[in-house]
Amino acid sequence: MATEILSGKVHVQTTINGEQVDFLAEPRESLLEVLRDHLGLTGAKEGCNNGNCGACNVVMDGALVNSCCVLSVEAAGASIETIEGVASPEGLHPLQQSFLENAALQCGVCTPGFIVAAKALLEENPNPTEYEVRWWLAGNLCRCTGYDKIVRAVLDAAERMRAEA
Amino acid sequence: MRAIQYAAPSTVEDAVAILAEHGSDARMLAGGTDLIVQVREDARDTGVFVDAKKIPELMELSVNADGSTTLGAAVPCHQLYNDAHFTATYPAVTDAARIIGSTGIQGRASVGGNLCNSGPAGDTIPPLIVHSAVCNIAGPDGERTVAVEDFCTAPGRNVLADGELLVSLTLPKPPAGSGSHYLRFIPRNEMDIAVVGAGAWLQLDGDTITAARTGLGAVAPTPLFVQAAGDALVGMTADEDAFAVAADIARDAASPIDDMRGTIAHRKQLSYVLTQRALRGAKARAQGGSPTNGH
Repeated sequence: MATEILSGKVHVQTTINGEQVDFLAEPRESLLEVLRDHLGLTGAKEGCNNGNCGACNVVMDGALVNSCCVLSVEAAGASIETIEGVASPEGLHPLQQSFLENAALQCGVCTPGFIVAAKALLEENPNPTEYEVRWWLAGNLCRCTGYDKIVRAVLDAAERMRAEA
Repeated sequence: MRAIQYAAPSTVEDAVAILAEHGSDARMLAGGTDLIVQVREDARDTGVFVDAKKIPELMELSVNADGSTTLGAAVPCHQLYNDAHFTATYPAVTDAARIIGSTGIQGRASVGGNLCNSGPAGDTIPPLIVHSAVCNIAGPDGERTVAVEDFCTAPGRNVLADGELLVSLTLPKPPAGSGSHYLRFIPRNEMDIAVVGAGAWLQLDGDTITAARTGLGAVAPTPLFVQAAGDALVGMTADEDAFAVAADIARDAASPIDDMRGTIAHRKQLSYVLTQRALRGAKARAQGGSPTNGH
């Protein structure tokens, strides 16, 4: 059977933070545009819109990705985790608490991306070195903090999470 | 971004049919980290995006009966460096996969996509060259293979004709006693495009080099296979004198340009230094160790 070539508004079914979500989008729209403009999930931010800054980081089928570099229609059948799914009804995620206590944010635009990326790191490597944290987060740009407090917050959160585990 | 059409075929045949029908207006979409940005920024005018990731052959990563590895064109970088067998067998390729863009780029970007983007500085291409990779191409007239060093033809251009796609790469099983390394120079620690990149592969019998291949990126219109450097090493003792001979040949083979990332003189010198370091790293791995000069 010949493959259908999709154009105009396409119906996409996906899973976001564990819930099935349906949306209509044109193929030219990015996953980031869908999250922010169609679904009201404005945690992921548009920074550079070309894959350099990490402000739009989400986890898609287990891999950290820049949602500005994913087409809306590629979300079909995928499982996506955004910053909105990080906290639980019981409270903030240890990373979020640690960012607050370590003053790891100023303007906050990069923060959702940093937390999504750092969470992905700690799930893969619960005890990273400072070098590993800096390397993993090299694709997340912050123009306020100078990174030091962010790195310390991630290491602090990692320690808390290991203690709780 | 301009309006586009999107297709997600599940077979190579369907992908070829779409590519053939739409000609140069269609392009395969793997990780999209080049293509989506290029179209959004009007650097490329692609109207039909053909998603590679629903086609099993393009997502394959498997070891064949003869010990060679099939690497599907759309397999993302992060899958490669999380694969213990692949990393141990083709370390120069994973050296490159770890340093392309960021973690978020590596979650999507593929080696096949890096090759098809055909940038002179594509980090995975010199490693594929030193590992003697072969490109498996499908098109309206059937299948063909091309040695990876012959794939790129000019900046952003390659041997793929309209209707053709890169299905996978075949990487031969490296012989016992061999090792490889890739590294690049950039003015910061990460998230940058190579000023020069160098890859090397060596096979040793004791201290004697029995086979060698080196490659360079960002010093010519296409990534270079510096065949003369590897050939010169055969029969030599794997020491600093030998590596200096090969590095001299690499410097002579480089024909770089001056641009925002580096000068001709700097890139010629880097071709020497990085070839030397890549050979040291390849030797260390051939002897069961690790490179000491990082990435």
